[in-house]
Amino acid sequence: MISPVLLDVAAPGIAAIGAGLAAVGAGIGIGMIGKGSVEAVARQPEAINDIRSLMLLTAALVEGVALFAVIIALLKAN
Amino acid sequence: MRYQKYISIFLFLFVALTATVHGETPEAAHVKSELANVEKQFDPSPIVLHHIADSHEFDVLQLWSVPLPCILYNTATKGVTTFLYHEGKEVNGYKCEEGEIKREDGGFFIDMSITKNVFTMLLAAALLIFIFTSVAKAYTTNTGKAPSGLQSLIEPMFIFVRDDVAKQCIGPKYEKFLPYIMTIFFFILANNLLGLVPLFPGGANVSGNISFTIVLAVIAFIVVNFNGTKDYWMHIVWMPGVPVPMKIFLAPIELIGVIIKPVALMIRLFANMTAGHIIVLSLISLIFIFGKVGASLPGSGLGAAIAVPFTLFIGCIEVLVAFIQAFIFAMLTSVFIGLALEDHSSHDEAHAAH
Repeated sequence: MISPVLLDVAAPGIAAIGAGLAAVGAGIGIGMIGKGSVEAVARQPEAINDIRSLMLLTAALVEGVALFAVIIALLKAN
Repeated sequence: MRYQKYISIFLFLFVALTATVHGETPEAAHVKSELANVEKQFDPSPIVLHHIADSHEFDVLQLWSVPLPCILYNTATKGVTTFLYHEGKEVNGYKCEEGEIKREDGGFFIDMSITKNVFTMLLAAALLIFIFTSVAKAYTTNTGKAPSGLQSLIEPMFIFVRDDVAKQCIGPKYEKFLPYIMTIFFFILANNLLGLVPLFPGGANVSGNISFTIVLAVIAFIVVNFNGTKDYWMHIVWMPGVPVPMKIFLAPIELIGVIIKPVALMIRLFANMTAGHIIVLSLISLIFIFGKVGASLPGSGLGAAIAVPFTLFIGCIEVLVAFIQAFIFAMLTSVFIGLALEDHSSHDEAHAAH
């Protein structure tokens, strides 16, 4: 199929595309978290402190998953 | 559906680990070197990777470097050699080259040097001991009075971790684990913040070092699993309340989950901190790329005008990420401890009933 030489030279580029896909996933995930938390605060403004800490916790977990993919991209980007 | 997350993380890590095994063919190396020779541009990758990794000396503004002591133990002759690191120095058969220490005859030695990361961890430990002993003393001398000075800084953070993290997640027996959770939170926070300070003695990327995070994850694994009640282990290997084929199917998945949870803790902290440092270093390298390494002054000016505000912005986000990552590590560890200590006697009759 594609020769091994071409694949080896293109490996950092493909790794960068993979990292970009991870960024898309993180963006969508954290955007949905933001949407849910803003709507929840609009419904019940007195719960804003609980909602804020829940939002930060969930955002950090989603970002952790996206960063797993960034690590793989870094490993292949030599 | 609950286990989909565990399965997907396991598959992801499996693919990642097998992907790193592949080596480089000689034709590809030749083509790559040809490409590198065509355009002699500023390549930020080696500089970025050098600043993220550990090293035997602090370099301040690339002009002065503060050498750190190297302590080497030779297993053959059982002799300890100590010297300050200097590029190219040779002592007792050890040679300092390119940031590493190699032995002349390639023998085995144990390297216990004070590197940048070790120095920063010791500094963070000393800072934390100083801060917390003075705050504790202030509580005994100022009993009944309003907190002042360092107390006003530490008290809100301490009470936040105690009430909203430990007490809420671990439950009634939280006091036994409170020193451990506090240590995790404040040690990771101190190391993250020291990594953000650009000048000596800060600036070492400690939490972005996988050895640091793997040790924290192993300690969390030991604490969680040695405090697991019988109910905890029953829910892992022989889940009550499901038919027997499901029990046999769930056991390996749950066992993998026991390993994967500390591994996820490790990678999350490592990746967040390393990614932040790489972004800051790449933005600063933008100045050199625009200025063609000093050849063009207006280019450097343009690069600085773009890079400095972005770096300031990313720096603010990095401080936030430092606090959040320390909080996430402490909170997830307390959640795991809470799950391990949970008393299932109230709802196990409901499981067995249907």
